[in-house]
Amino acid sequence: MRQRLITAGNALAVFAVLLLLWQIVLWIFRVPAFMLPSPWSVARTSATRFAALAGAFAITGEEALGGLLASVVAGVAIALIFAQSRWIRRMLYPYTLLLQTVPIVAIAPLILMWVGAGTASVTLIAFIISLAPIIANTTQGLVSVEENMVHLFLMHSASPTQVLFKLRLPHAIPSLFVGIRIASGIAVIGAITGELYAGSSRVGEGGLGYSILYASSQLQTDYLFALVLAATVLGFCFFFLVMFLEWYFLHRWHESARTPEVD
Amino acid sequence: MTRDVVVPEVDFSGVCKQYGNGAAVLKNINLSIAKGEFVSLIGPSGCGKSTVLKLISGLTMPSAGTIRVDGMTPKNARETISYIFQDATLLPWRTVRRNVALSLELEGAGLDRREKRTAELLDLVGLQHVADSYPRELSGGMKMRVSIARALATNPRLLLMDEPFAALDEMSRDRLNEEILRLRAEQKWTAVFVTHSVAEAVFLSTRVVVLAPNPGRVFAILPVELPQPRTSALRSAREFEECVGQVSHKLREARAQ
Repeated sequence: MRQRLITAGNALAVFAVLLLLWQIVLWIFRVPAFMLPSPWSVARTSATRFAALAGAFAITGEEALGGLLASVVAGVAIALIFAQSRWIRRMLYPYTLLLQTVPIVAIAPLILMWVGAGTASVTLIAFIISLAPIIANTTQGLVSVEENMVHLFLMHSASPTQVLFKLRLPHAIPSLFVGIRIASGIAVIGAITGELYAGSSRVGEGGLGYSILYASSQLQTDYLFALVLAATVLGFCFFFLVMFLEWYFLHRWHESARTPEVD
Repeated sequence: MTRDVVVPEVDFSGVCKQYGNGAAVLKNINLSIAKGEFVSLIGPSGCGKSTVLKLISGLTMPSAGTIRVDGMTPKNARETISYIFQDATLLPWRTVRRNVALSLELEGAGLDRREKRTAELLDLVGLQHVADSYPRELSGGMKMRVSIARALATNPRLLLMDEPFAALDEMSRDRLNEEILRLRAEQKWTAVFVTHSVAEAVFLSTRVVVLAPNPGRVFAILPVELPQPRTSALRSAREFEECVGQVSHKLREARAQ
């Protein structure tokens, strides 16, 4: 516990030094506020426009979370199909690679055209971009069960369904979490990028990505900074949510999920 | 006039095994194991000891010859067989209790029977106090006890053991050897036991089968005529030493083949 407090204290000290450096740069080089606002004006704007900021945060958060949940459900379902045979994997795996390599900015205009601007489009983009790591990691977990474990199940006349749900699926949960950890980061990035192309521009419906576009076009650089900060906080929230879930589900039995140590 | 034909528990006749077009793993194995016997298979690595167990359990099929378990094909006899692997093969996400219950659960036993039987077995192997622990909290010896309890939960008539104690320290191994004999005396199953340790084979068995490698074949079958029940005191007895000496000698001959 004491160790943790010290770690947190160190991190805060670094933050304070960064703010100070920022302020010093402003003083020395006399940078105009529309290029680089002062930390103080960013803090003030964050406070005065808190409602708008929180609204945008919530919208992007919902889109990213929706996309992530959908990719977990779909990804696990697809992985269960992939786990059935090497033949199926060979046939379908190239397409998951496609999912990973297609530039999201290239298909965003298509999704915008088909689904229309708004939350649905952005959620879809977050879903597409976060799907591949879930499929890849879960499949890996499902098929990497020790041969003797499978033999044990066969010796007790287990059905294929029992092997799948009582052996392969629980065995794949740690790998699934590896996938979710990667996917959660890119789901947030996907949602913000998605909003740049397909976000709603109606009042009160724009998320962080849309607000970033708007703030930069209006040269509201202090608000832009506040938005970037909010996006970072959103990323952190996802990261810690996944860490917590992973700890909650795995800490009793899995080696990787002991209480995370920050050294 | 009818004559009682005693059906052997395990019967190999002319069994050969090779994987694909590779070299023969086992060649012309003839071996009959009577009900209630404790037979150890011992031999240099690569002599196909583990393959013999896989064949008895029907996890792999012979390339030639026939195998009968209690007069049935191995797959049909599976209900009466339990298999103990070298690693304890416990499910890490299940508690000890639920690991023991697994075999019953897979075979479709009802919840009541499962709970009752699981409690009995935890008592039998002395693990009641860690029933709600997870495998990673247990020592190697305790994990193996859980594995044994799980194997015995379904009341097998034939127990196949593939070097179950190879990874344990000598003390745990000796203690588990004595426990296995105690359990067998109570439950009267037949055992086929694969091991690298001559002393272990002699201590446990009624017969020791020495296999020779390349291709795997039966080199010698040595009956162990030591008194039952066997206790730890036996290990320091002269006749035990002699028996170990005999088996070791045969094993050296087999290795030289």
